[in-house]
Amino acid sequence: MAMLEVTNLHTYYGNIHALKGISLTIEQGEIVTLIGANGAGKTTTLRAICGLVKTQGGTIQLESEDLNPYKAHQIVYKGVSMVPEGRGVFARLSVSENLDLGAYSLPDRKTRDADLEKVFTIFPRLKEREKQIAGTLSGGEQQMLAIGRALMAHPRLLLLDEPSMGLSPILVESIFSTVKDINRQGTTILLVEQNAQMALTIADRAYVLESGIIAMQGKGSELLEDPRVIKAYLGGQ
Amino acid sequence: MTVSITPQVHRSKFGVYQVVQTILGVLFSIYLLWRIYDVFFGHPSYGPDTWARFAISGIILGSVYALIAIGYTLVYGILFMINFAHGEIMMIGAFGGYFVFEALKNIPAPTALEPNLNFLNAHPIISVFFAFVIGMALAALSGYFLEQIAYRPLRGAPRLVPLISAVGASIFLQNAGQLLFGSQRRDYTNPVILSRGAGWNIKIGAGIVTVPYTGILTLVLTLIILVSLYLLVQKSRMGRAMRAVAENKTSASLMGIDVDGIISRTFLLSGALAGAAGVMWGIHLGLVYYFVGFIPGIKAFTAAVLGGIGNLPGAMLGGLFLGLVESLGPGIMGIDFQLKDVIAFTILVLVLIFRPTGILGEVLSEDKV
Repeated sequence: MAMLEVTNLHTYYGNIHALKGISLTIEQGEIVTLIGANGAGKTTTLRAICGLVKTQGGTIQLESEDLNPYKAHQIVYKGVSMVPEGRGVFARLSVSENLDLGAYSLPDRKTRDADLEKVFTIFPRLKEREKQIAGTLSGGEQQMLAIGRALMAHPRLLLLDEPSMGLSPILVESIFSTVKDINRQGTTILLVEQNAQMALTIADRAYVLESGIIAMQGKGSELLEDPRVIKAYLGGQ
Repeated sequence: MTVSITPQVHRSKFGVYQVVQTILGVLFSIYLLWRIYDVFFGHPSYGPDTWARFAISGIILGSVYALIAIGYTLVYGILFMINFAHGEIMMIGAFGGYFVFEALKNIPAPTALEPNLNFLNAHPIISVFFAFVIGMALAALSGYFLEQIAYRPLRGAPRLVPLISAVGASIFLQNAGQLLFGSQRRDYTNPVILSRGAGWNIKIGAGIVTVPYTGILTLVLTLIILVSLYLLVQKSRMGRAMRAVAENKTSASLMGIDVDGIISRTFLLSGALAGAAGVMWGIHLGLVYYFVGFIPGIKAFTAAVLGGIGNLPGAMLGGLFLGLVESLGPGIMGIDFQLKDVIAFTILVLVLIFRPTGILGEVLSEDKV
């Protein structure tokens, strides 16, 4: 049984047909990445999975349960967390309040302190900044906060939307190795990236989106060597 | 190229508008200082006892404004709209308390000493408690349904649309009030111990100043409500969710927060505060009718803008400030007391022109606008 199974997904923004029948599966424990140009529908796919965009056709099933009837805030309770594009941290709240809100969906608050420790071992930087207002953090720190906040909800499936956006190459590398670590500890990951090189390197499997349809799919390492991918997304000749 | 840009930025800081603004500000401050000197030391028209009376009534009025202003600010903080029907919610609360008093007045509770005693006077504390509970509950429910009916269907619409809907809802509720309760002004029948005019007498200067019990009740209750509200917003799980929704609705829903639920609860809360203010208004000032919420509603809106709309401490400060300005202002400016509303609304206009963000307000970030 696949962790997530998306079948023939269609969405519209007004008259614009954004996703034209996307199908993809994610198995337990995998890192799967969606790559593609701007406007290909990567973010829309993520937003549809976590309920922020209404689907018009197709199904999204999490462990055989249809997610369609649920609203965005209910899907969090099913074990799906998303780190949105542009991080979406609560800029006027403190770092610790942001992390607290991450655990909003957990009815049992007893595990909170242990979870907080876990996030702080992954991102020691956040512990130093615990009392600071999130809006005053640097871009990299905000990205750490956004990921840490999503982890506070104990997700089984973590959706990451452009975690490398606006970060320096060194930070991008450290964020990606953290993503890999999080995956090793048992969280399934669906990663949307512009930085195809990095994404394909850490991903088990990948899908290539082109204007709302899936153009290619395969293992990350295979797509890295595919001449069409190299030409279109990796800047090669 | 960059060199030529920098001086332009500097020049715009000292534009004609800023110069005029500064000059006007200085002239007004000088005039105000002269008036204050004149009325207190030059040609004192009132003794210290009268000023104390003004100040006391200003603080009491101001605390009621503060309660209503918080309702505007809570809703604005989350939906970025002005709930112009908020004053009518207060009117509904005032009527709730009024009918509780009327009902309890007719329940006999005779004792051996006083065979004609009614429940209202036999148990004044319970009666006042009931008046507040019913008034707040009715107002909270009205706020809740107001949002469901008049604002929720317009959630995705441009910002002007819910504003027009709010004005419409305000007129509708006024007329509904007139239809249901009649257009006559009704006297609020307080328990005897809370009769208007009764209070602590303090000797100040040449005269005796009365601090009315109704005013003390208003102040104490306002203080309790403000402290609990602060704890709720800053410390509780719901308060944290409210602040998250105020800042970023998408992120909030990704945390598992039910955004619509939080918006509903915000309207319940702001309605309850307006209801409490309505009952206080009735008990302290003694009159209730269908139009009773309109002027305090607009004054409290002024207070909220004054303090910086969307800012809770700002609304409290703004309310208190407006109450004091209204009661002390006419005396200081040497104008007629009937013109106190002119002072209040002049302040609104001045704040909107010179400091649109209010006293404690901050410049809205791009994504909030």
